[in-house]
Amino acid sequence: MIEAPSPAAETALALPRGQALWHGLRANPLLVAGGLTAVLIIVVALFAPLLAPFPGDAGTATHPFLVLRPPSTRHLFGTDQVGRDVLSRVLYGARISPLVAVIVLLIACVVGIPLGIAAGYFGGWVDEVIMRVTDIFLAFPSLLLALALAAVLPASLTSLTIAIAATWWPWYTRLIRGQAASVSGRAYIDSCRVLGIRPWRIILRHVLPNSVTPLTVQVSLDVGGVILTASALSFLGLGAQDPTPDWGLMVAEGQNYFTTDWWVVTFPGIAILVTAFAFNLLGDGLRDLLDPKRSLLP
Amino acid sequence: MARRVALAMLVVAGVIIATFVIARVIPGDPAATWAGPHASAAQVAAARRFLGLDRPPLVQLAAYFGGILTGSWGLSLHTHQPVLSDIGTAAPASLELVTAALIIALAVAVPLGLVSARWPGGLADQAIRAGSILGVSMPIFWMALILQLVFSQRLHVLPAAGQYAPGLLFSHPLDQRTGFSLIDAVISGNWPMLGSILAHLVLPAVVVAAYPAGLIARMVRAQVLDTVTETHVQMIRALGFSERTVYSRFAMKLAWNPVAAAVALVFGYSLVNTFLVEAIFDWPGLGSYTAASIATLDTPAILGVTLFIALVYVAANLAVDIIQAALDPRIRLR
Repeated sequence: MIEAPSPAAETALALPRGQALWHGLRANPLLVAGGLTAVLIIVVALFAPLLAPFPGDAGTATHPFLVLRPPSTRHLFGTDQVGRDVLSRVLYGARISPLVAVIVLLIACVVGIPLGIAAGYFGGWVDEVIMRVTDIFLAFPSLLLALALAAVLPASLTSLTIAIAATWWPWYTRLIRGQAASVSGRAYIDSCRVLGIRPWRIILRHVLPNSVTPLTVQVSLDVGGVILTASALSFLGLGAQDPTPDWGLMVAEGQNYFTTDWWVVTFPGIAILVTAFAFNLLGDGLRDLLDPKRSLLP
Repeated sequence: MARRVALAMLVVAGVIIATFVIARVIPGDPAATWAGPHASAAQVAAARRFLGLDRPPLVQLAAYFGGILTGSWGLSLHTHQPVLSDIGTAAPASLELVTAALIIALAVAVPLGLVSARWPGGLADQAIRAGSILGVSMPIFWMALILQLVFSQRLHVLPAAGQYAPGLLFSHPLDQRTGFSLIDAVISGNWPMLGSILAHLVLPAVVVAAYPAGLIARMVRAQVLDTVTETHVQMIRALGFSERTVYSRFAMKLAWNPVAAAVALVFGYSLVNTFLVEAIFDWPGLGSYTAASIATLDTPAILGVTLFIALVYVAANLAVDIIQAALDPRIRLR
């Protein structure tokens, strides 16, 4: 919302920028913890080939004489059903789910923002048509629609990404539409219209920049959600296929050996949990920091 | 009000079209799946005619619409049973599971949200916030496996899988009346069966409760913090009521309405989450049915379940909106 700034925002603005940020971070230890963990996960993803003790095990390698060995100093997380090092695969997995999340959110923004702006700025029948279509999409729980789509598409990471993105954009359209509608009703937009400035110029220069702020918070909040959805679909066999070191797939594959060989399921699952938790803490903290109206501190 | 109902009808129509479109874009040939792996070309053609796939798309859509309105939701490609009767058999177990999960979630989350709101920024608040974010970050299929390993395989305190102990089928068979096994057990006074079902329900319900519990705790906290600053709550403080009463009785009373709306929303989500949990616990509900349908690429069954859950979801939202408007004069339906 671009309403009058609340008193809390004013006091924050009265401090020098760096100091205000420092105060915000001090008051949000959860945000700091989430942010640091998220950075760590990205570092792991970037340097997986250097960090993984057995980089070949993230691919097609099999070791028939090392099958299902419990954790040891050589294989810290043990080995899986075809003898691959679980630690190496978990580290390489940091390259998959977060990347899927980035691509899904990018597609959702690319589709969702223009539709939302169009609905909010033009109003009338454009608004009605776009918003009724998003209503229909939002009538499904997103995991359900993604699951139905992924189930009819051939199982692959690409299908999975498309299926999740297809369920994610309507949220952004709705969010942006509300913002754009409220901005478009302002007097300065009317002045622009009266001055004869072309609509696309008004949209690009005035409506869009003033509408996207809440979206940035929402996107950071959604990274964890997309990672959970992607790993759930992979767990059901609707995403990555062996030998891709995808965490959800690793849990699914380890399920059959779970009662005797707990490590095959446990470590990839912890990786999903830690990643989703880190990004959710980060998004939640950012919302508090950027949206003083909904601040959790008195 | 009329507009709200009309919108719900429009959404339902859209949902039906969406499932139809998804069914039409499948790369595989439903007729070939129906006829089986070694069918001849003539048999596949016969199956195509039988399934109505040789007709133009708009005629198929009209037939699909008519079928859904009259209760024939197509045949499962795998079981060759009507999808709707399969859903009718499976849905009660899932609805029981989700209801149990939401009861657990409310019982845990409402007190925690209240504690969080009473001392915001404190140590308990930070811990509860972290805990509720952990709840919504949980990969529940993994949590299901871990709890199963710990509580049934290692500690042997809870049953690992199934809906009741199989032996009870002979000693205390369940009298099927409503299809809801817990209700059936109660009305027929079958106490050993009731105990067994409840014991089998604990683990899956706790797993499904993780997400709603996190969500509800956050909501209660935010809502209560919003309401305690309102003047009439200040008034109650000024009248000398204890802080505990101010929060748990007066502030929470105002918070219930949005929380109830959130519970209705999360009901639909939890129903989908059972897809990930039921197969692991061998709970005979929609989730197990869908997981089996996915494994056999049984599109009519998957889309039937999708449609069913979407309808439940739309109906729940509509019901909440109408009830809220009836209870709270500040809300006006347009």
